[in-house]
Amino acid sequence: MAFLSVKNIVKKFDTQTALNNVSVDIEKGELVSILGPSGCGKTTLLRIIAGLETPTMGQVFIDGKECTSLPPSKRNFGIVFQSYALFPHMTVEQNLLFGLNQQKYLSKDERKIRAREVLEMVDLYEHRNKYPAQLSGGQQQRIALARAISLKPAFLLLDEPLSALDAKVRVKLRAEIRRIQKKLGITTILVTHDQEEALTMADKIVVMNNAVVEQVGTPREIYDSPRTVFTAKFIGTMNMYEQEGSLWGVRPETVKIAKTAKPGDMSCHKGTVEEIEFRGALTRIYGRLQENRKTICADLDSHEAEALRLVEKEDVFFHIPQSEIVHYQGQESAERITA
Amino acid sequence: MKKFRDMKLYRNPANVFMICMTLVLVIILICPLAALFSKAFLTASGDFAGLENYVKYFSTPALSVSIKNTMVVSCAAAVLGTLLGFLYAYGLTRTKIKGKTFFRYVAMIPLFLPTVVHGLSLVYLFGKQGMITGLGWDIGLYGRTGIILSEIIYTFPQAFLMFSIALNYADGRLYEAAETMGCGALKKFTHITLPSVKYTLINSLFVCFTLAFTDFGAPKVLGGNYNVLATDIYKQVAGQFNMNMGAVVGTLLLIPAVISFGVDRVTSGKNSEGISSKAQALKIKESKTRDGVFYLICGGISLCLLGLVAVLFVGAFTKYYPYDMGFTLENFKFNPSTGGFQSFLNSIGMSLLTAVVGTVFVFVYAYFIERGKCNRIFKNTGRMLSSLPLALPGMVIGLGFIFFFNQKDNPLNFIYGTVIILVLANIVHFYSVPFVTASGALKKLDKEYENVADSLKIPAWKTFCQVVVPLSLPAVLEIFMYYFMNSMVTVSAVVFLYSAQFKIASIAITHMEEAGDIAQAAAMSLLILLINVAARGLYEVCRRLSTRERGAREGAGKARVHLFKGKVQGSL
Repeated sequence: MAFLSVKNIVKKFDTQTALNNVSVDIEKGELVSILGPSGCGKTTLLRIIAGLETPTMGQVFIDGKECTSLPPSKRNFGIVFQSYALFPHMTVEQNLLFGLNQQKYLSKDERKIRAREVLEMVDLYEHRNKYPAQLSGGQQQRIALARAISLKPAFLLLDEPLSALDAKVRVKLRAEIRRIQKKLGITTILVTHDQEEALTMADKIVVMNNAVVEQVGTPREIYDSPRTVFTAKFIGTMNMYEQEGSLWGVRPETVKIAKTAKPGDMSCHKGTVEEIEFRGALTRIYGRLQENRKTICADLDSHEAEALRLVEKEDVFFHIPQSEIVHYQGQESAERITA
Repeated sequence: MKKFRDMKLYRNPANVFMICMTLVLVIILICPLAALFSKAFLTASGDFAGLENYVKYFSTPALSVSIKNTMVVSCAAAVLGTLLGFLYAYGLTRTKIKGKTFFRYVAMIPLFLPTVVHGLSLVYLFGKQGMITGLGWDIGLYGRTGIILSEIIYTFPQAFLMFSIALNYADGRLYEAAETMGCGALKKFTHITLPSVKYTLINSLFVCFTLAFTDFGAPKVLGGNYNVLATDIYKQVAGQFNMNMGAVVGTLLLIPAVISFGVDRVTSGKNSEGISSKAQALKIKESKTRDGVFYLICGGISLCLLGLVAVLFVGAFTKYYPYDMGFTLENFKFNPSTGGFQSFLNSIGMSLLTAVVGTVFVFVYAYFIERGKCNRIFKNTGRMLSSLPLALPGMVIGLGFIFFFNQKDNPLNFIYGTVIILVLANIVHFYSVPFVTASGALKKLDKEYENVADSLKIPAWKTFCQVVVPLSLPAVLEIFMYYFMNSMVTVSAVVFLYSAQFKIASIAITHMEEAGDIAQAAAMSLLILLINVAARGLYEVCRRLSTRERGAREGAGKARVHLFKGKVQGSL
């Protein structure tokens, strides 16, 4: 059995269903990201795992033990909230010692040493006597992380830990969190709405939408073969086409553009360039296919795009490799794309 | 499933706490109120009377005339108190007059004294041997004029405080926009300023009306033969032991209070609508005439208020006013028959006890309601019960308390006549404002503190004591102060509840005045003023210290940056 597993969780608030029969297994030592748009139930799932909410139905197992109605303090986890919830009237060190001082089996010195250990791990030991308000957002975040791991918890919960930070700091902290997580080998659940965060950090991604799990897999699996239309469109961009009741899609970066086409090549589609968007390393070309009047977008290497000397309204050929096409079956997905 | 849930209800300690505290509130709030209403519909022998008591009351001309009287004085006080409060607040927020801090504190003086003392001061000035009467200007103090004057003094600080908050929020952009469109000062005032405070205006009128309507102190001292409802109750209950008729008048006192409560509910939500987060501070322009006018208004009003205190000093320290104006401290040797110095000590004891117990109760209860992991039904019940006391005049609470706790078969009967009943009455009487303060402060705290602490295996009580309380300290201090000061000056709730063994200072002043010892009454008033000013001063010091400490926490990082900048500049 997995180290941490939730089975058939249903959670209802008044009239609204936040989680509808959700099951997830998490292995020891892995970092699992729960990814989804706001309101999809991901935070509720995290809070149920933490014991901060009780599910309407279903069970939570931690290390093989059923602990659905166990209070948070008995579950042995560390948590970092979006707001960090650092105690503003305590210094950095006091914030850590507040929890450590409850560990009566540790001597006073051992508690101090433990606080030092975790602060050094996040590289903020020299700031131990400052108050949270005197630290930058990124530093506060690392203190919250240090506090969460100070009691050597069995697992770590991160609720949108980076969303309050600006882009640069966010990228730096992603790597830092991942480094610490790997070093400690601590099972971690990361809730986020940022696909890049999930793709770069996670061993496994749980994609959620509308209170249900859409797909579980490694970042590669999720990106390369998204099983549902939602997953395909939520993570990255996907050109979607409907053909005789079935759906298929293709990622823009696999689409190539050429000015000429070999006659009879079925993977080349004629179309027009509508808009060219320079994005730095990549250039995105928005076009329209002639055969079905549908839009298509292609991400080209900017040098390549430059060499092509594309102009708007120009007729070109869009090359869609058969091997990169992802197929979707069933009525359900067809409905979703029109919705 | 249902059974399982019910079991959990009692297993959760938060729910157990909530149930207990709600029960306490029901006993000290709902039960007395129910007792009052049942008395109003019963005959003296305990049979059901229906509306008979009311019919009897309205058909007694001497009694029903008090309704008219009460309406007259309350309307006058509401309009004049609101007007003066508005002008004073306008002067302090929208002009460039100097000494605003001084003016602000002076405006609060009436809050530091029982309402009987306002009456007493007026007696010194305008009474039969008053200083101003002596100069040949007799305003005919006793009766309507005196009550109205006294109620204006009583309601003025309330109106002032409400308006100074409302007028403090001004969106400078609106005034600048109006200027670019060529609006004059008058037009700006009528089209921007007045509309922005219209709900405060309505609220202030109702609040002042209700305060004057239910006040007992001033009419007691100055009323003469001019009867009002509050004095009627007292006469019926304390004089004639006609409890049922007292209850009838008590229910009448509730009417404006309940209306005012309703108005407050409706308008309090609307007041914040107009304040935009993008609002810019209003730049007050130079205007010598405007400032001059407001120097006159604010100066005049504060002179009056200071005068009221000054005459207390004169009264308290002179041998036999107005015949022998020699200095003496004799008046501070209080006559034991009217309460003595002991009553002052009793007041302090009672007020401290009220403040301690009240603050703890209000804060803990608000904590469970705002942040506790307890059942929502309990939370909603708690919220409802906590807003109710706002609509209850002190006399109604006092009456309810005697009716309920003085019943022979009430197991709590033993608290009757002790300090406990006074403390409980005060806690209920002044409950709602501290509750709003507490819940407001608690809502502002990060909602995850308890969850983080829980994950760190810190017990809930420790989180409460070491995180929630320290972070809400300003609110806790404010609540403590509010309870203490109000308990020092209250008369209306406790006038029915004190016992001969345990008199308190505000009641003692009434008795001294009744017995003709007005110099002693003035002396006692000064003692109350002294202790309240001291308490307030201590509060201000504590508050400053706590904000400075917070500032140091947040500012030190920035200060270091400044220092660094300074160095760089210095080296250049």
